[in-house]
Amino acid sequence: MSDHRRTGYSRRDVLRGGAAAIASSSLVLSPSARSAALAQGTPAATSADFDWKRYEGESIDILLAVSPRADLLVEYQPEFEELTGITANTDVVPEQQQRQKQVIEFTSGNPSFDVTAVSWHVQKGLFGKGGFLLDLREFLNDPEMTAPDYDFADFSQAAITFATQPDGRIDTVPYNIDYWILYWNKELFEQKNVAFPETFDEMVAAAQALNDPDNGVFGFVARGLKNANVPVWTCFMQGWDAQPIDDQGQLHTTEDAAVAAAELYQELLANYAPPGVSGFNWNECQTTFGQGTAAMWFDGIGFATPLENPAQSTVVGKVGYGLQPAGPVAQHSGTFGDGLGISAGSDKHGPAYMYLQWATNKQNQARILAAGAGAPARNSAYSDPEALASLTVPQEWVDTLIASGEIGLPSLPQIVPVTEFRDIFGIALTNMITGGDPQQELEAATEEFRPILEQSLAT
Amino acid sequence: MMIAVGSGGRGDARRAASSYRRREKYLWFVLPAVVVIVAVIVFPWIFTVFMSLHDWQVASPRTWVGLDNYANLLSDERFRAAIGRTFIYTLLAVVFPVVIGTAAAILFHREFPLRGFLRSIYILPMVATPVAIALVWTMMFHPQLGVLNYLLTRVGLPPSLWVYSPQTVIPSLVLVETWQWTPLVMLIVLGGLATLPIEPLESAVVDGASAWQILRDITLPLILPFIMVAVVLRTIDALKAFDTIFTITQGGPGTASETINIYLYLQAFSFFRIGHASAVVMVFFVIIVACSLSLLVLRQRMRWT
Repeated sequence: MSDHRRTGYSRRDVLRGGAAAIASSSLVLSPSARSAALAQGTPAATSADFDWKRYEGESIDILLAVSPRADLLVEYQPEFEELTGITANTDVVPEQQQRQKQVIEFTSGNPSFDVTAVSWHVQKGLFGKGGFLLDLREFLNDPEMTAPDYDFADFSQAAITFATQPDGRIDTVPYNIDYWILYWNKELFEQKNVAFPETFDEMVAAAQALNDPDNGVFGFVARGLKNANVPVWTCFMQGWDAQPIDDQGQLHTTEDAAVAAAELYQELLANYAPPGVSGFNWNECQTTFGQGTAAMWFDGIGFATPLENPAQSTVVGKVGYGLQPAGPVAQHSGTFGDGLGISAGSDKHGPAYMYLQWATNKQNQARILAAGAGAPARNSAYSDPEALASLTVPQEWVDTLIASGEIGLPSLPQIVPVTEFRDIFGIALTNMITGGDPQQELEAATEEFRPILEQSLAT
Repeated sequence: MMIAVGSGGRGDARRAASSYRRREKYLWFVLPAVVVIVAVIVFPWIFTVFMSLHDWQVASPRTWVGLDNYANLLSDERFRAAIGRTFIYTLLAVVFPVVIGTAAAILFHREFPLRGFLRSIYILPMVATPVAIALVWTMMFHPQLGVLNYLLTRVGLPPSLWVYSPQTVIPSLVLVETWQWTPLVMLIVLGGLATLPIEPLESAVVDGASAWQILRDITLPLILPFIMVAVVLRTIDALKAFDTIFTITQGGPGTASETINIYLYLQAFSFFRIGHASAVVMVFFVIIVACSLSLLVLRQRMRWT
C-alpha cells in the first residue's frame, strides 16, 4: 500500500529546507493554505522509518456518533490494532447524545475519550472557543508522528478550510463532507413525463405536477422538524447567493433573499409535502422517499445507502441523484462536514494521533466512498479504482458528489450559538408550514436571536 | 447499681441519659444514608441555586448576576408559554388516567373469569420502558405509514396528523401518557377498594339502592382518599413528564409541545446556558412543590373522620 521513497539527502538537510519553505510560504498564504503547506513542509523520509508501533500496548477511547461511517471504523478497527498494537475502545452513541456528552465531559476538563468525531457545522465554534481539542499542527509537522504517505494536502481545500479555526489552529482532521443534493424518483418523474428540475422554479413546478395525494404520492419532502430544518432554508438562500449571517456577524435574515427562500420553503412544504412534514427529521424523510411516497427529497448526500438497500427501500434502482437546483442568482451545494479530533484534556495524545491518521488515511476514505456512507474529504478517494469498482450506490451518486464539491459552500453560519440559531429560526420555519407569514416569522426570530448573537460575539 | 422505681426524679434522668446514649449510637447507622442524601440531593440543589445566580455559558467564564436570571424569566415569552403548556398537559394527563383508572379498578374489583390474567395484562404498559414505548408510539403516529391512521381509515374516519400538528400534538402525547400510567392509578384505587368495609354496601343493597347509587354515594366517597393519592402521584409525574415528549416530538412541531422540562433541557444541554437553565430549574421546583403541597392539603380535608 505504501510506496517507499528514497531521497538522496540526509534528514537534517530536508528538514532545514522544509523549514525555509514554511517560513516563506507563511508570509503570503491564507491560513488554510498555510496550514496545508505547514503539514506538507517536511517531505518524506522513507515509510520504513515510520514507527507505527511506537505506542504499542497502550489503549485509547474513541467516541463516535451513530452513522454508516462509524460502522466502517468499527468494522475495520482490528486493522488499526494490528498495525499499531494500540487497543481501541470505541463508543458509538446517537448523534444528539454524543454531542451533549462531548460538551459535558469537555467542560469537566477530564473527558473519558481521547478521540472524538466533531460536526463542524454544529460544534466547530464552541469547541474552538473552549479550546477543547488539541491543536494538531504540531503532530502534522512532525515526521516522527505523521507517516510519510499520510498526505495531508490530499484533503480537499474546502475540507481543510472547514477544519481550520479562524485563528489558524487545526484541531480536527477532515473526515467526511456532506453536500446537499436533490434525490428524485425517476419512475415517478417518467410516469408524468417531467424532467429533472435545474432551477428552484422548475422544482416547484415539478412538485406540483407530481403531487398526487389521492394515490399516496407527494411531490416533495424535506425536513420540517425545528432545528433540523434550518439547513433546508439556508441552502435555498444560497440560490440567491446569500447567507443568514456573514463573516462580520451581521444578520441578513430579514432581507429579500432570506424571505424569498423562506417563501420557497413554505410553498413546497405546505402544499406538496406529506401531511405531518412539520415533524419530519431526515430519517422520516428518508423513509418517506424510500417507500416511494415522495417524488423528490432535498437533503444530504450521505443518506443514500439505505435507499439502495432492497431490505429497506422499495425504490432501489429508481433513485436519481441530482445537484442542488440553481436559484435566480447562483447555484451552490450546501456543505457540512465532520472531522476527527483529539481531546486536549487527554493524556494519550500520541496513540490518539495514530488512530486519527489511520482513520483518515487513503484506504479508509476510499471505503467510505465504496459503501456510499458519505463523502470522503480526500480528493484521491474519488479516483480510487478499487472503491469505484465496489460501489454499492450507482455511479451517478459519485458524479453528483464530485459536481457538488465544485460548487460547495458552507450552509450554516460558523458561530458559537449555532444551535440556538437553528432552534429559533427552525421554529419560525415550522410555523410557516402551518400558515405563518414568512416575513413576520423571520422578523420575530431575528429579534429573538439578535441579542444572543451579539452576546456571543462580545465574549 | 440503683434501680429506678416509680416516677420522676433520678429515674427519668437516667432513662433520658441512656436513651441519649442510644441515640448517639443510632447516629452512626444513619450516617451513610445522610452522606448519600447530602451528596446526591442536597449538594446538587445548593449548587443549582449557586449556578442560577450567575451568567454561565459553557466555554465562557461565569459572572455573578444575582437575581437577573429570574428577572429575565418573567419577561421570557417562551418560558411563560411553556408554563401554560405544562399546566394544560398536566391537567389532561391527570384527569384521564384517574377517571379511566378508577373505572378500571371498579371493574377489576368484581369477580369474573380470567380476572387475574386480564389484570396482569392491564398492568403491562406501566412496566415497559418509557423511551421504548415512546419510540413505538412514534412509529404508530406516522401520518402515512403508521398503524393508527390505517385503523382510522378502515373505520371510515379521516386520518389525523397526531403529533405532527400543533393542534393535536398535546392530546396525542396525553394519549401515550394515559395508556402508560392508567394501570398505576388502577392499582392504587384497587388497593383502596380492597380495604373497604362490606357492611355499608350490604346495608345499601338491603335498603334497595341501585348499583349506580351505591357507586356514587358509598363507594366513591369511601375511596376518595385513594383517588387523591393517585392524583398527587400523577400530578407530580405529569408535571415532570419528559421521556414521552422528548422522544416523540422534542417539543415540536415548533414549540407546540414544549413544556417547562423540555425547555429546561434545551437551555441546559443544547444551548449550554447553565445559569439561565438553573434559574428555570429552581422555578420549576417551586411550582412542583407548591402543587404537591396543595394537593396533599386537599387530601387531608377529604379524609373521613
